[in-house]
Amino acid sequence: MDINNIPKEKFRLANTSDRISDKKFATKPIGYFKDAMIRFSKNKSSVAATIIIFILLLYAIFVPIFSPYTVSDRDGYYKMALPKSTLFAWLGWDGCGEQKETQAGYDYYNGIGQEYGTSAVVKENSTSVDAATGQVYHNIYVDSYEKVGFVYADLHADAYEKLQRYQDETGIQVLYPIPTYYKTQFVAVSSTANLWYELENERPETSGASKYHDEQGNPIYVPSYLTNKNKERAGYTSTVRLPNDNGGEDGESWFVYAVKNQTGYHVRVLYKEYYRYLHGHYASFLFGTNQHGQDILVSLASGARLSFILAISVSVINFFIGIIYGAVSGYYGGAVDLIMERITDILSSIPFIVVATLFQMHLSEKVGPLVSLLFAFVLTGWIGIASRVRTQFYRFKNQEYILAARTLGAKDRRLIFRHILPNSLGTIITGTVLIIPGVIFSESMLSYLGIINLETTGMTSVGTLLAQGQSYLSKFPHIILFPSLFISLLEISFNLFGNGLRDAFNPSLRGADE
Amino acid sequence: MTKYVLKRIVLMIFTFLIITTICFILIKLLPLPAIKQMGRDVSLIEKRREEMGYNKPIMVQYGLYWQHLLKGNLGLGEQMYVSLEVSDVILQKLPYTIVVNLYSFIISVPLGLLLGIYAALKKNTWKDHLISTLVIIFISVPSYVYAFLVQYLLCFKAGWFPLTIASQQEATLFSWKMFHSMLPAVISLGFGTVAGLTRFTRAELSEVLTGDYLLLARTKGLTKNQAIVRHALRNAMVPILPMILGEFVGIIGGSLIIESIFSIPGIGNLFVQSINLRDYNFFMADTVIYTLIGLVAGLVIDLSYGFIDPRIKMGAR
Repeated sequence: MDINNIPKEKFRLANTSDRISDKKFATKPIGYFKDAMIRFSKNKSSVAATIIIFILLLYAIFVPIFSPYTVSDRDGYYKMALPKSTLFAWLGWDGCGEQKETQAGYDYYNGIGQEYGTSAVVKENSTSVDAATGQVYHNIYVDSYEKVGFVYADLHADAYEKLQRYQDETGIQVLYPIPTYYKTQFVAVSSTANLWYELENERPETSGASKYHDEQGNPIYVPSYLTNKNKERAGYTSTVRLPNDNGGEDGESWFVYAVKNQTGYHVRVLYKEYYRYLHGHYASFLFGTNQHGQDILVSLASGARLSFILAISVSVINFFIGIIYGAVSGYYGGAVDLIMERITDILSSIPFIVVATLFQMHLSEKVGPLVSLLFAFVLTGWIGIASRVRTQFYRFKNQEYILAARTLGAKDRRLIFRHILPNSLGTIITGTVLIIPGVIFSESMLSYLGIINLETTGMTSVGTLLAQGQSYLSKFPHIILFPSLFISLLEISFNLFGNGLRDAFNPSLRGADE
Repeated sequence: MTKYVLKRIVLMIFTFLIITTICFILIKLLPLPAIKQMGRDVSLIEKRREEMGYNKPIMVQYGLYWQHLLKGNLGLGEQMYVSLEVSDVILQKLPYTIVVNLYSFIISVPLGLLLGIYAALKKNTWKDHLISTLVIIFISVPSYVYAFLVQYLLCFKAGWFPLTIASQQEATLFSWKMFHSMLPAVISLGFGTVAGLTRFTRAELSEVLTGDYLLLARTKGLTKNQAIVRHALRNAMVPILPMILGEFVGIIGGSLIIESIFSIPGIGNLFVQSINLRDYNFFMADTVIYTLIGLVAGLVIDLSYGFIDPRIKMGAR
């Protein structure tokens, strides 16, 4: 066919309607953030880090709400209780710890709980003999909750009555007979209320050793309670009594369950049951307790809350200050930039610890330590973001599209916020997120050193918890373990998360400083 | 070049003056700590404060402070090291900080460099991945956590080291015993430095290794080792050496938290003490020192680029 000579009839109009328009895309458009999101979700370690951060955040928010304990609960008897988990007890997370004790100590701990059929000593691992002195030592595995055993309490008459009624209703024995040694000053181990058996040495400075031992050296406990011919001595009308409390051979030796004193009754209570009577549940601390008897799980969550609140507020405030400062300095350049750069130079050269201290000294009495710490972080924290923004502005402000927009009459403000800033949003967001771990670390360091004290009755901080644990590091490492673990996990996750964000927003930088 | 260096130094002095002035005024605005009554003559201390110019206007005091400072007189201790010269106490503490940090520097810098180079050369193998993962962990975990770990595992469980540093009476500064008792602190300080340096070296070297000139060197017949040592490493060192130099200047500052954990009688510990006891003379002196260290480190880093690599023109616009 001759292409130069195609007959007219062969032609057909492609479009008869008068309007021609583009077809709509069948696929959805992918914007800058969506693109970054897709890239981020492909990075496995960052996704894992995000999940961990999320879990830690949930921990900080919800544990103080749902836990039966609070930060202000300070139990004088459950001090330095070891971590106990019913679920993971088989892993050794059972609230028990090994102790090296002499025969006296062994008798003491083994005796706790014998009255109701158990023992604070879970098992005896080994015995060793000191070669020089011939002293025998028992390495025993002791339940740190059971070993509290009994304590003496002074109750008012109505509280005493109420406790007896509770005993009768539930059948749970809380009040136990008073031993004959109830006035003894016992210095070797913690509670004299646990000396219910006949002692080898009854002097005030008794060691706690039992009077009788079998051939293998195991203690034989012979109860030594106060007795009286009046069965209901000191108003003990409760029907709950020890099984061997049968009035004795003469029928007149009933155990005495309370001693009257000036204010009410001096009683001997089984502390774990007494605790349950008071609080409605047994004491069991997943992360253990510290030397003040505070639950570490809740204290840590409360400290974490504080850290998160502080860090997130600091990063949000710094985000805005940094953007505005950097934008003005970068966009206008020249003398403005020079002066502003000098200011950031000076501010960033002040050691942070000096800033924090001075704010603390000047402001903490007026606005509280937390707010003054916030000011300290805000004073210098935005500099990093500002310099990022400034660099981006220098990069973009002379490009043609800005010139075009300006020619079309766009004002400075529109140029800054609509045309230049969105280009640098990726790096700014990364920078803002990376402020968070830095703030959390600095806060914990300052409160560890005691430079700031964020501890109040209802609040504590991770650094304070660490400082408290440090003096007990060798004997009770659990006090320091959980706060350290928490902060390490948080820092690692935030760094991975930040790296992931940076790679996602700016793929060309991938792996630049890994 | 000289002009640029001079300009930078003048700027640094300017910044330093502004910071110390602000800090001085802010410290002087604070109420004076109460004089502890116990066994001390209050009127005598009042008299000394009067003598030191505590009752004069702040700007006059500031002038006096500089007069004294230029003579090396930083005032006397008020709440701690009472009646001792601040400068004497600092000079007495400084060696401990420097020695601990110097040991840590000597051990960790070569280690960091070697690990970084190794990781870069074995890039994308499992060895590199292992090193990189460890580096991320060690960079992120706060230094005090290592310190606790070292103290618990090495000092307490294994019993290799004493829990805290040997006292001055027990051993002299450069004795073996002192070194041995300092090791836990040295190790704890080292983790962060090693991790940071490894990451930086790996990043720089792996970037250099992909450069065209390295390919050219290989095509010209250099062996791989020759190319790496003579070309890649030398170029990679350009940004690494300033970083190491900055680290070296920072030796004087020490670490507040590590010194506190291992009870090192150093300048960081002194700083924390002065804050907790509210001794303003010590606090001011420490502020001056820390600010100066920061500024000098920054200056050294910036200037060293020009000396290390002649291609970088200082102060060029």
